[in-house]
Amino acid sequence: MPGFDTRAKTAKLSRNQYLDLYYYMRLNREVEETMTRLFRQNKIVGGLYSSLGQEAISVGTAYALEKRDWMAPMIRNIGALLVKGVPPRDIFTQHMAKYTSPTKGKDGTSHFGDLDDLHIVSPISMLGDLIPVLTGVAMAGRYLGQKIVSMTWIGDGGSSTGVFHEGLNLAASQKAALVLILENNQWAYSTPVRRQVPLENLADRAKAYGISSYIVDGNDVVTVYSTAKEAVERARAGEGPILIEAKTFRRRGHAQHDPAEYVPREQREYWEKRDPIELYEKFLTQEKLLDAKAKKDVGDKINTLLEKEREFAENSPMPPSETAAEGVYCTGDDCHKIRPKWARPVEELLPPKSSVEPVWLVEGFGRGGSSSGGLAPIHFGDVPAKAAAPPVPEEAPKLVVVKSAKKVAAKKVAPKKPVKKGAR
Amino acid sequence: MAPVTFLEAIRQAMFEEMAADPSVVLIGEDVGVYGGAFKTSEGLLEKFGWERVIDTPISESAIIGAACGMSYLGLRPIAEMQFIDFIACCFNQLTNFVAKGHYLWNAPAPIVVRGPSGGGVHGGPFHSANPEMYFLHTPGLKIVYPSTPYDAKGLLKASIRDNNPVLFFEHKFLYRRIKEELPEGDYTVPLGKAIVRREGKHLTIVSYAAMMHVALEAADALAKDGIEAEVIDLRTLLPLDEETILNSVKKTNKCLVVHEDTKTGGIAGEIAAILSEKAFFDLDGPLVRVTSLDTPVPYAPTLEDAFLPNAQKVFAAAKELNRF
Repeated sequence: MPGFDTRAKTAKLSRNQYLDLYYYMRLNREVEETMTRLFRQNKIVGGLYSSLGQEAISVGTAYALEKRDWMAPMIRNIGALLVKGVPPRDIFTQHMAKYTSPTKGKDGTSHFGDLDDLHIVSPISMLGDLIPVLTGVAMAGRYLGQKIVSMTWIGDGGSSTGVFHEGLNLAASQKAALVLILENNQWAYSTPVRRQVPLENLADRAKAYGISSYIVDGNDVVTVYSTAKEAVERARAGEGPILIEAKTFRRRGHAQHDPAEYVPREQREYWEKRDPIELYEKFLTQEKLLDAKAKKDVGDKINTLLEKEREFAENSPMPPSETAAEGVYCTGDDCHKIRPKWARPVEELLPPKSSVEPVWLVEGFGRGGSSSGGLAPIHFGDVPAKAAAPPVPEEAPKLVVVKSAKKVAAKKVAPKKPVKKGAR
Repeated sequence: MAPVTFLEAIRQAMFEEMAADPSVVLIGEDVGVYGGAFKTSEGLLEKFGWERVIDTPISESAIIGAACGMSYLGLRPIAEMQFIDFIACCFNQLTNFVAKGHYLWNAPAPIVVRGPSGGGVHGGPFHSANPEMYFLHTPGLKIVYPSTPYDAKGLLKASIRDNNPVLFFEHKFLYRRIKEELPEGDYTVPLGKAIVRREGKHLTIVSYAAMMHVALEAADALAKDGIEAEVIDLRTLLPLDEETILNSVKKTNKCLVVHEDTKTGGIAGEIAAILSEKAFFDLDGPLVRVTSLDTPVPYAPTLEDAFLPNAQKVFAAAKELNRF
């Protein structure tokens, strides 16, 4: 495993950012601890999935996104939801199937989203499906001129699904601004990663699609954040999709019902000693960013908040049974309020201009400063001519192993010079 | 205006919707440079550029996923299946993700998934499918299956403008075999509305897509024997226009359903159930099904002819039903 050294990264974050990361990791853990208590009181209707020990990944990666960016979390990414702005009550009400939940009791767990404001796409239980969906989000964002990045997560298990590969390949061929976080927690339910994939590093999956990848210590929040930040900015600049493998460990079972007795004791002990919050507290204390009082203050603040949120959820009603039949179709004028938010002149996209000036090519898909090299073909005039296919990125796959921020900086890939016309 | 083919009607619908609305884009395999395997999107790339006419890898799940993701930012993607048979490859993406979005988390996905379907052209078991019933059982989807160029254009335009995911099946047997004069300018045909193609009083023949033409042919032959069949073209299978079927059957008291889809689990069974629930005392005879055999679509012309319904089979079944 990569060594654990956050000291090198202190220059990269402001004090507030360091403390934000700490707050959200603690909040992530406390939200889940609260739900574990609710589960034991039979107040959670369905299953409960834990991200204990994986908080640094959810929090560190989502913290690299801007408000305009999009994300689709997975079942163990409660932390990402919190960072993006979801109030804890939404997570409680979802699990408790309350009418006040974002899905009004129609679905549970973290299966909800918000298209309008927070830009969150709801996950489904079939793994990998979100990758092409978030690829489409990134493609639409580029088409509209929005300069957004989309991020989604997948596990070691989910990286073996067909749609993982279809989605990542489409993203790569489209150079979509997608950042894919591969959380390698080493267990797909009861099957260890060694029996799923004959690869030392799952980041090697990226090589097959000619895209960049990183490997990070998923229990080191500063490394996770710094790497995600760099990946997000590279994707935003038009470099195409980027994969980050975060190595970590699933400390609880697949869900609450699963005691996970199949996990070797030594493996569990090793990772329990590397609790991401404790490691980070040690670091913050060394850096004099946190003392006993500040630590207690964060705990108090979270307790007060969660007490209120939990009460709201517990006091909320179940959905009225007649609503079961509602909402299958979008009907009426008000059901679909999403209008494209153009951040470029719409006239460019309508004939006759649309046929001659594919502006997005200039902005990071094979033209100008794009890293793909080569100039995108353009055909001129009114004469109907076949437009040529987009250029295929020619770069060799880049695998950047991150052990510390120093090395991130050292191995940072230099922006590619534009390749001369005709070089393609 | 000169009459246009079914295929040209579809091309016109896409062309006009894309020209009118920059949020409409086309994504699929070989839809751009090649203009689609059947040339339904010919000329669109030249006119709209490849920002809007997107050639993809052979990845049906990724095509549907990407179309859905694009719709979340306000676009209205049309996703093409090169042959509708391949829609099976993205079954999960459609049924679990796209179809459930509005019900679960208030996320309508206004996408159209369209492609060439149906047999009769010796396409064999993987290029002749009628997969509509896999999806009829999926709340949240709409299913359209037109039979004429006029309807193909009007229904496709309506589908693109609809706020729900619409599966739009184009019977490839009809692509170049029928022509129709289309009105100038913009028009739509509403989803969820069947149409009476031929009035009659002795029995009702319910059909759609290529089999609608078979039903009309049989009705002509029946008329020569003094049997006036009323022919209903469903046009949209989901939602199903029960009213038009019920009104007709209450008049004729007999119903025959002819579809190219296989028999077991075909829509004829659903119509039988509806009639049994809502028009039981109006029926003078059993609901009769004329459908394809319960087999894969065979390749050899002799076998495929045996597999498919035709006017003779409909005629014989109708004569039998008329004895009640």
